[in-house]
Amino acid sequence: MNTALQRLYFALFGLFLSLPLIVVAGVSVNEKQNLAFPPQGFSLSWYGEIFANPEWRSALVASVVLAALSAALAVVIALPLAWFLWRREARWANIFQLLGIAPFTLPPVITALGLLTFWATTGFYGQPATAVVSHAIFFVTLPLVTLSLGFSAIDRSLVEAAATMGADDRTVFRTVVLPLILPYLVSGYAFAFVLSLNEYIVAYMTVGFTMETLPIKIFNALRYGYTPTMASVTILFVAIAAIVFSLVARFGDLPKLLGAMSTRD
Amino acid sequence: MRREPPQKFSDYGPLLFPAGMLIVFFVVPFTTMIAVSFFRRNPAGFYSPDFVFDNYARFLSLFFGKVLGFSLGLAVAVAVCCVVLALPFTYLLARSKRRTQVFWLVALLSVLSLSEVIIGFAWSTLFSRTAGITNLLVTLGLMQEAVALNPSFGAVLTAMVYQALPYTVLVLYPALVRLDPTLTEAARTLGASPLKAFFTVVVPALRNTIIATLIMVFIFALGSYLLPQILGRPQHWTLSVLITDQAIYQSNMPFAAAMAVFLVLVTLGLVALTVYAGRKGEAA
Repeated sequence: MNTALQRLYFALFGLFLSLPLIVVAGVSVNEKQNLAFPPQGFSLSWYGEIFANPEWRSALVASVVLAALSAALAVVIALPLAWFLWRREARWANIFQLLGIAPFTLPPVITALGLLTFWATTGFYGQPATAVVSHAIFFVTLPLVTLSLGFSAIDRSLVEAAATMGADDRTVFRTVVLPLILPYLVSGYAFAFVLSLNEYIVAYMTVGFTMETLPIKIFNALRYGYTPTMASVTILFVAIAAIVFSLVARFGDLPKLLGAMSTRD
Repeated sequence: MRREPPQKFSDYGPLLFPAGMLIVFFVVPFTTMIAVSFFRRNPAGFYSPDFVFDNYARFLSLFFGKVLGFSLGLAVAVAVCCVVLALPFTYLLARSKRRTQVFWLVALLSVLSLSEVIIGFAWSTLFSRTAGITNLLVTLGLMQEAVALNPSFGAVLTAMVYQALPYTVLVLYPALVRLDPTLTEAARTLGASPLKAFFTVVVPALRNTIIATLIMVFIFALGSYLLPQILGRPQHWTLSVLITDQAIYQSNMPFAAAMAVFLVLVTLGLVALTVYAGRKGEAA
């Protein structure tokens, strides 16, 4: 009886999480341009529309480029910091770890407004590059947390052995440390990439009037009524997230990764 | 390799870039925002430097009091709903097979990463008259005709719970994985039903985790910005909506900054409370 009840509970939980997505998936295959569920007819043309319509396509390209670059910058900021904190004994340097975690922990509107003020004051407001830097700072927490976890999992005697054999810091890093933390580096990048792809408010406040990312485009479209392309983009994004996280789970230890990811909380 | 204190100046090398980036693009903007909150609004441009408390004094109006009260109340409701729903789920999940756990973690991460815009759009579809859930009830013969369920407070609350639920599970997960399974076994051996064991042993053992999670989810919900706009009426708008509105549409940066600083203070106060609760838990 116990397992049956548990199954029911899990099923209801899953239903709640998937219900809106099921309806959106149904809406996305409507043949005509109307909001109807169950779908009337079947057509995949609204998926083609994402790539065929120049407006949606440029929003998609803008989002993917922004996510790819900002996640890379976030990793480039997080890697040396995490390495330094692991390699050196300097308590005061922990302040930078705190600074790296703060933007993601505070309500996003605060980071967004801070960056808007900053870009407006320095005169760069509206330039695409500012969105990359803004997202990198906003999401630096994710690679920082996964990398710190990766470093803490390294057996220090391994590194010591390499050093005893005469390898300097640089060689040790390249030949021993980097291969060991690579899975954590990749998952940190993946987390930052997917979240940047979906981020709205920081992007809106920094480049909302000069560049349209997909979330901004969907919101603008929502104001002027409905188009089925919104539904197909939604399903595309869910699919991207599911694929990326499945890959992370396939090549890394997801339960372990999440077990420690929340200890910061 | 043991950890060593930095000796030469070049040992600090790796720190230069990350520290520089975080200082220039986080500390400086944050400080600028605090400074701007004391500036005077300049209708011609953005603002002019000054040192006035006017922007903070504006909070004391009934209107902003109501918005603040609503934002806090909404976040509390979301936090309570999420923890009540997620705690038994996460407890069972942490005891499931590894493959089941990985499947659910991937699903939860996928929903968690979804844009607020997408969640808002999905729920507005589900609550709509033409494609919504009421159509299903009509088909089943439970309702006469389909109706629209938004905009309404219920719609805002449901979507915000949906958004925060995966987050809640992921915050609870580490603590529940580490929970000693012999605790419940002992209770069961002594004759407690599974439900009774859960409420009399698991819940009290996790008291501090639950309090910390409530606060974390509260902060998370406080940041919600689009859902109240997409699914609610203007009286359901939160402080985050108002901050953006002041900053972008009213171009009143000083007032927006003052509200943001206030929001930071509320958040930091709550984080301090979480840390305090955690310390107390360790000491006990």
